[in-house]
Amino acid sequence: MRRKHEFICINCPLSCTVELFEEDGEVLEVRGNECAVGEKYAVTEFRDPRRRVTTTVRVRGGVLPVVPVATASPVPKRLVREVVRVLASVELEAPVEMGQVVMPDVLGTGVDVIATRPLPSARKGRG
Amino acid sequence: MSRTWKPDVVVIGAGPAGLGAALAAREAGLREVVLVERDFELGGILPQCIHDGFGSIVFEQVLTGPEYAQRFIERVERSGIEVLLDTMVLELRPDRRVVAVNSRDGVLEMEPGAVVLAMGCRERTRHQVLIPGFRPAGVICAGAAQREINIEGLMPGHRVVILGSGDIGLIMARRFTLEGAEVEGVYEIMDYPGGLTRNLVQCLHDFQIPLHLSHTVTFIHGRKRVEAVTVARVDGNRKPVPGTERLVECDTLVLSVGLIPENELSKKAGVALHPVTGGPVVDELMETSVEGIFACGNVVSVFDLVDYVTFTAQVAGRGAAEFVGGRRRHRGEVPVKPGRNVRFVVPQRLRCLDREVELYFRVERPEKSVQVRVLVDGKPVSSKKARMVRPPEMVRASIPAEALSGQVREVVVEVVPDEKEA
Repeated sequence: MRRKHEFICINCPLSCTVELFEEDGEVLEVRGNECAVGEKYAVTEFRDPRRRVTTTVRVRGGVLPVVPVATASPVPKRLVREVVRVLASVELEAPVEMGQVVMPDVLGTGVDVIATRPLPSARKGRG
Repeated sequence: MSRTWKPDVVVIGAGPAGLGAALAAREAGLREVVLVERDFELGGILPQCIHDGFGSIVFEQVLTGPEYAQRFIERVERSGIEVLLDTMVLELRPDRRVVAVNSRDGVLEMEPGAVVLAMGCRERTRHQVLIPGFRPAGVICAGAAQREINIEGLMPGHRVVILGSGDIGLIMARRFTLEGAEVEGVYEIMDYPGGLTRNLVQCLHDFQIPLHLSHTVTFIHGRKRVEAVTVARVDGNRKPVPGTERLVECDTLVLSVGLIPENELSKKAGVALHPVTGGPVVDELMETSVEGIFACGNVVSVFDLVDYVTFTAQVAGRGAAEFVGGRRRHRGEVPVKPGRNVRFVVPQRLRCLDREVELYFRVERPEKSVQVRVLVDGKPVSSKKARMVRPPEMVRASIPAEALSGQVREVVVEVVPDEKEA
């Protein structure tokens, strides 16, 4: 069955609404894009949309109670919420190093979750 | 007791602007560079901007806010720049005397050769957009909510309405959703979105969060905690249309209604502010109206892209080094004026007239198929095509050095329809 999908291209301020027509997963036609970048964007968004996931995880004994983390590279878009959910139960011990692996191979994606900043231990008596 | 200290330059604020300016001043040869920061660590607002999208121009790769900050922090730590954390600047005088205070040194008085203002900006609050209603807990600015969630590990609310579609509001719509809150919708008074398109797609569409253009919040309900807000459609004059009101139950109203350059210190120093940008009037070295006081980043004008903040910081840091070294020469005074469909341009004037200049400007209204042109005394000296310009996206243009070499009266930046395409 021929189906239509709409994507808003994010590559420039023009923000083309790109229509992609497919049948059983095979891309038949892309239109509405002003340039080739828009076509490529729509095809990627249809076939394998990915996002880099960013969130925070809890830290014990750090200068702050949480540290920001991110997937080292983009993961399939459908897994974004699940990645955040599994990270909610992680608790690290300070100090945390920049780039430290917080969770390897998250949800079997082959992608590690890493800390995106260093977080030193809290020194006692810091006002 | 206080001591008087005479460093080469004092940089006020250690966000991306201050970090960039301090490094540039140091790399330009200044020996004693003092970087003053009121927070307990370097980075400014970047550590709370945990999402990615930073650095695509400066580093040609996409980083999260903390990653972008860390690249500069590591360089500052190796550079010999004197960093004063937990230190608040209380006063800046027209003769560049800086009075600061912290709990280690007490009151610090400095008489630097130059000052760089890098205080960034603040969020516009409920009181600046005048929303009627009660004054319950649960009304919070988007950046403050971002700080609570990403730095303090707190959750400000569970059922959220967002007013304003600026980038921070869009980013927080996604962040609240990922942390398990329900975001009922984003309401925008204008008839176009306030944020970047990539944020509309990745923050709202990805999570099926509705964006209501030409809508506003007309009343806040709840005596102790927010219980609901009334939303309504607005007409072409941004006035609520009677009969379109709708009650939305929520416990939190997040405001993303604009940013204001933070210039309390600048005012005390007598620095002239621009009525449109709200920041200092600057020249091509980012020097303000007060000799030897430079400014960069969001204290000058809200730039949206941290990459542009870094660029202006590098100009200001190098400018401060030229000034301290006695090499800064003014050859004249040439205004840079906004022309057709241009709201403002930074810098607002040129005085050295001896180098290529990058200009940053915002358009007044969205426009398709245009040419961005820089005119020197009416003659185009640079032009580029753009398929679309929108007020939320700062535009860059440049003036080649040779265009400024003769007698120049004025520079105009304009956006005109691209006739070949039309």
